[in-house]
Amino acid sequence: MTLILDPTDERVPVRRHLTPRPEHLRGVIGLLDISKPRGNVFLDRLEALFHERLPEVEVRRYRKPTFTKPAPEDLRRKILEECGYVIEALAD
Amino acid sequence: MVLPAFTLDAADGSRAFPTGRPALLCFVKEDCPTCGLSMPLIEEAHRAFGNEVDVLIVGQDAEGNAVLVERHGLTAPILDDSALHVSFAYDLDTVPTVILADPTGEERTRFVGFGRDDWRHLVSSLAETSGLRAPAVDWDAYPESRPGCGSKSVEPGIAERLEAEASGSPLRARRIEIATQDDEFEFMFDQGLTDGLPVVPPTPERVLRMLRGTRRDAQEVVATVPPNMAPATIEKIAINAVMAGCLPEYLPVVIAAIEAVCTDTFNAHGIMATTMGAAPVLVVNGPIRHRIGMNMGLGVLGQGNRANATIGRALMLVLRNVGGAKPGGTERSTFGSPMKYTMAFAEWEERSPWSPLHVERGFRAEQSVLTAFGMTGAPHLIVDQTSRSARALGGSIGVGLESAAHPKAHRYGDVLLVVGPEHLDTLTHDGYATKEHLRARVQEVTARPFADVVSDDEVGGGASADSLTSMTAEQRARLVPKFDTPANIHIVVAGADAGKWSAFFAGWTTGAGGTIPTSRVIEE
Repeated sequence: MTLILDPTDERVPVRRHLTPRPEHLRGVIGLLDISKPRGNVFLDRLEALFHERLPEVEVRRYRKPTFTKPAPEDLRRKILEECGYVIEALAD
Repeated sequence: MVLPAFTLDAADGSRAFPTGRPALLCFVKEDCPTCGLSMPLIEEAHRAFGNEVDVLIVGQDAEGNAVLVERHGLTAPILDDSALHVSFAYDLDTVPTVILADPTGEERTRFVGFGRDDWRHLVSSLAETSGLRAPAVDWDAYPESRPGCGSKSVEPGIAERLEAEASGSPLRARRIEIATQDDEFEFMFDQGLTDGLPVVPPTPERVLRMLRGTRRDAQEVVATVPPNMAPATIEKIAINAVMAGCLPEYLPVVIAAIEAVCTDTFNAHGIMATTMGAAPVLVVNGPIRHRIGMNMGLGVLGQGNRANATIGRALMLVLRNVGGAKPGGTERSTFGSPMKYTMAFAEWEERSPWSPLHVERGFRAEQSVLTAFGMTGAPHLIVDQTSRSARALGGSIGVGLESAAHPKAHRYGDVLLVVGPEHLDTLTHDGYATKEHLRARVQEVTARPFADVVSDDEVGGGASADSLTSMTAEQRARLVPKFDTPANIHIVVAGADAGKWSAFFAGWTTGAGGTIPTSRVIEE
């Protein structure tokens, strides 16, 4: 038998489940632009569709300072406090 | 000094120390001639004083103990310390080691090897303590002295095992048992712990040996490793350094690499995640290069040198195993890069009259410093075998560098240029006394009118053509150099003496929104 030492961080990843899908959208939807080129084009279109189909829902826009790094803690907290849902647009 | 208590098995059951009576502990091993020489005296002591004094022989291997009993007709109890835990706890270097202890286990006398006078004094002292008659010993038959042999507990490999098993061990990582019928190398592949090449199994003994490469505490947290933001202790780094094939003396360089890379400025998260296939490129400066035998000459960017190959690999294994950066997970590179296995080298400072990289970055020449760059692509070669002037060669290097990322990508971020020695000689013999001369020439020769570096129908890839519409003719003609500033051109000298080539690494997205080259002093 060989004994080795664990080279990993030894943490058991948290198992996350999808939040149950709501029957109806209400409240605030956040649209997060990660600041890759043309992400805003996609989000503009989504925002227009929300206004058209779900006028009772409020849409708020957010933007990461750079796509190369995870969203700053403050931005994540702001979205969490202000929104019931968030849609993140990725790239190009 | 109170001696460590212990319980060991003997032929007639287990024996504990202290015994509540005076005790004579005799540590021996069968294949030691000096132990053999001492055995008749040990047996005599047991026979003469055994009613008052516990004579305990502590033998270092079970089979050898049986041989000793047979060979010397021993009636004194011989205790089995084949696990060597007691020998280790007593910090033995040599056998025989003979220790006289009082009933509470306090040490009274100790000697190592064989000394005729030591034994004479011991026998008289035992006679005095016990009130029993000393045995008749023909002392003249014994030599005056004989050196002992090495204790089994300090044999290579065994010492590390014992240290790893001892309660004061610095190791805290989870221990994983690989079953005897499993191939340990295949096991590590199966567990996803490798970069695709075999790794050295990180046994506790090897990790302890690796930890001798630093004075820092094994449980010190050096960095938080992205993408999982996991803490990297010195121990975890040492484990991955063992796997990468490092020697202990490389460990301080690996630690400095982790410290440099796991910073907000370097942004290892982005480097590992980008589809551009960026990788950390490590440059080492200062005296440690020589001490650990890093390659800075022939084949500097290639294979064959253990320090270069394994330091970069250890960093990547930490990012993979501790940080969780795995291809297909948060590692999203389109093509990957061979640099993602390993990329570390040293600057050949002595070959060059120019200031070395670390001095340019504000460190002292005698400091050992690691600088991490976030670079894409494998080294690109700039071929110029004909230029004999600094201006022409500097021009070649400039237009060569213009291809970094895309020839139209001007005002670009960082580049790491490796100037080969033959090119260096052409440049320095013709007036380029500092790296600044070469930087200025690169910026000069690559300066193009803005209108020439925008995307068009023939060649895309540059700045957006939309910006031209609002520009005056003068603005369109404004010259734009390849690099945002001369300081973005990072220059080192390395490579073989023969070959009119230079090489470069193109930077990944530069600046606060990407990566910033980051240096750390290497602890020595």
